[in-house]
Amino acid sequence: MKRVIVIGGGPAGMQAAVALKAAGLEPVIVERSDALGGKLRDWHNLFPSATPAREVLDGLRKAVEMARVEVLLHTEVEGLTPDGSKPSVEVALAGGHAVQLSGGRKLEAAAVVVASGFDVFDASLKEEYGYRIYDNVFTTVDVERMLNEGGVALADGSAPRRVAFVHCVGSRDEKVNQKHCSKVCCVTAVKQAMEMRALFPEADIYNFYMDIRMFGPGYEELYQRAQQESRVNFIRGRVSEASPTIDGRIQIKAEDTLVGRPMKMSVDMLVLAVGMKAGSSCEKFARTADAALSPNGFLAPADLFSGCVASGVPGVFYAGAATAPKTIGESLAEGSMAACWVVEYLDTLAK
Amino acid sequence: MGAINFGYTVSAARAIDLDRNDLGPARQIAAEMPEFAACIACGGCTATCTAGALTNFNFRMVQTLVRRGEYAGAWREMNKCMLCGKCRLVCPRGINTRGVVRLIKRKLGDY
Amino acid sequence: MKRSSWKEYQKEIADDRYYYARSCIRQNFFPGSETTFLRIMREALGKDIFDDPRHTSCTGIGYHSDIVPLDTTMAVVARQFALATEAGYENIAVSCITSFGLYTEILETWHEFPETEARARENLFKATGREFVIPKNIAHTSDLVFHNREKIEELAVRRLVDARTGEPLRIVEHIGCHYAKIFPKSGIGGSEFPYVLAGMVEQWGGSVVDYPERRHCCGFGFRNYLVQANRGFSIANSRKKLESMAPYKPDMIVANCPGCAMFLDKWQYALAEMENSTYGADGRGIPVLTYEEMAGLVLGYDPWEMGMQMHQVDVEPVLERLGVKYDPAAKFLGRAGKYIGAPGEAAVNSFSGDRIYRIRQ
Repeated sequence: MKRVIVIGGGPAGMQAAVALKAAGLEPVIVERSDALGGKLRDWHNLFPSATPAREVLDGLRKAVEMARVEVLLHTEVEGLTPDGSKPSVEVALAGGHAVQLSGGRKLEAAAVVVASGFDVFDASLKEEYGYRIYDNVFTTVDVERMLNEGGVALADGSAPRRVAFVHCVGSRDEKVNQKHCSKVCCVTAVKQAMEMRALFPEADIYNFYMDIRMFGPGYEELYQRAQQESRVNFIRGRVSEASPTIDGRIQIKAEDTLVGRPMKMSVDMLVLAVGMKAGSSCEKFARTADAALSPNGFLAPADLFSGCVASGVPGVFYAGAATAPKTIGESLAEGSMAACWVVEYLDTLAK
Repeated sequence: MGAINFGYTVSAARAIDLDRNDLGPARQIAAEMPEFAACIACGGCTATCTAGALTNFNFRMVQTLVRRGEYAGAWREMNKCMLCGKCRLVCPRGINTRGVVRLIKRKLGDY
Repeated sequence: MKRSSWKEYQKEIADDRYYYARSCIRQNFFPGSETTFLRIMREALGKDIFDDPRHTSCTGIGYHSDIVPLDTTMAVVARQFALATEAGYENIAVSCITSFGLYTEILETWHEFPETEARARENLFKATGREFVIPKNIAHTSDLVFHNREKIEELAVRRLVDARTGEPLRIVEHIGCHYAKIFPKSGIGGSEFPYVLAGMVEQWGGSVVDYPERRHCCGFGFRNYLVQANRGFSIANSRKKLESMAPYKPDMIVANCPGCAMFLDKWQYALAEMENSTYGADGRGIPVLTYEEMAGLVLGYDPWEMGMQMHQVDVEPVLERLGVKYDPAAKFLGRAGKYIGAPGEAAVNSFSGDRIYRIRQ
């Protein structure tokens, strides 16, 4: 049995599949949607280098194609065993997992790589920001879509004169049960603020943040360029509410915590930097596979240091944002790493 | 009108109102010294300030207020600066803080 | 407004048989509103609602001003529950937002910390010999009007539209903070976009003004107006709201909290005196109605019978727009036709001194 099921056809899953194939195994990507690429498909440019998302995506697709990886689209994984029983070492030794797919199909596999990714936080849950209520409140995902579609504009098609980004929407927020930091939203908002500057040279651009978390290579430098070259104003304070003004703009309130005074202003466009939420399938998968969940709902790796792609369940491995918010680069690295762990696991079984 | 003494007055709004504030002078300062906007509010300047050790002078706060268009009192505050230049040495973002003091004194004397 | 998520915040509202818990201050400032509520419930809707002269203040104002300790407040609230239990009612209809917030807060506290409930029961029993059953349902009286808004529409003699043009009246709705800001689940529509008043306005044909400071507190506070020196920031909050709503030229404000209605109404007078500023489209005040008065006008009740002559800002402009037939001369005649006195002239009021009642007087 050389078949390895890769759950999820996003960057981590594609990378894992290609690496597994190169190692002589038979990966099968099981993808819920109608195409490979995951949420990378919705992105325009990637931080911090402004590399077009399309470039990364095309490279991955090409690699999957060249490697002749089998891909099952419109397919979901229902459970790890056909009868709903928990996978065990005995089952694994006896030839691996019988993965139950949607539509009643069953697929035997020697190992499983879970690369099921994350969900975008639903910004309308933060009612005070008026997403889906006021026309000119958008999310960072909407901005990427608009950039892909050829231009950012207000609902009436005009150019914004004042734009504000709100960081940490659906992150670090007990009120919506998202206590964790999604980590990529800060740099995404900085990147998009700079893209707004390029599109609207005369506009006022503000970023409201709680802490600026520039953890990756080149991110801090990007932030400084945003401040200095792109003239983006950074205000440390969480926006408490957005409300409509009589001329169709949006009034926001925050504290300018660095001077200790409340602040208010109206903007033409409000962009909510939405966080990464645990994938909706994580809980069900953890239940059927007897795997552990982190308190924030993501799948919990066996060990945060030496076993970040291990699940603790024999023959089941993790890659990408199924276990925590991650960048594209980190997801790709974990895809390769999970493939290595699968190979090593199967070698050990064979001995 | 106004003849009745109610024993209290209507409190003034404390909020910084970016719809009303004139950001022109702040932009002028930033245009002359772009790194002015690169502050990350670490407070190193205020921590080391010769004047701030003895008075309530807070360079970090005053220059932040200036960037928000709150100029009242900024010029007067900057008069507390002894121009020793230590703040410039500690700034991790390489801001010419001493230059910012001088720019504020030059541009915001009318506020 | 593009919003339907108020439907996600639904609460259970009992359909009939309520024990009525009145407000302390409403009976002074909007004296006819509670009577109007009872009339709507009994006459128009045929509900059983028990108005009990034995019940007392909930102590909310004292409690929120740190004058009355929590244990005392709990014992007083327990007594109201005991009165309801004795009268055979399981549902409480609360007239005041502060009381409503306090009742829900106390029930939640008892739920989380059962020892506090045991202590309240003990204190009540020691002091009065009474016992109580925890009410099945607690609703604010605006919830009940909301609950019956369709039935009221069926009985309506007019809609909230300009009688001449048919245009919807522009109505600012203001929700008391303790309605849903303490527990968003306890209010219809949650805390950010409460729908309890907006639902009535829309059902009866008016249009709701969505203005920037819609969610802002009226500034009532508790100690903030009780202490004269603190009133400056109480009134400043009302001014903030009035300034924010004025550009929309609202025809009226409707509130569901005794304090909010009182202050949004009376501060307009104080602001006109202190700062020479008025906020109504005509250079006068913006009339402030209670939801009972709004419902009463829809049902064709007489404004003076509802006590609307007691408002600080004259309500006549709203009556005119709605096409309400009223007797201007009867405004300051009390129930027995006796002249009850008229206020002095004020900038926020719309009619000048040569009123007919003066002639009659």
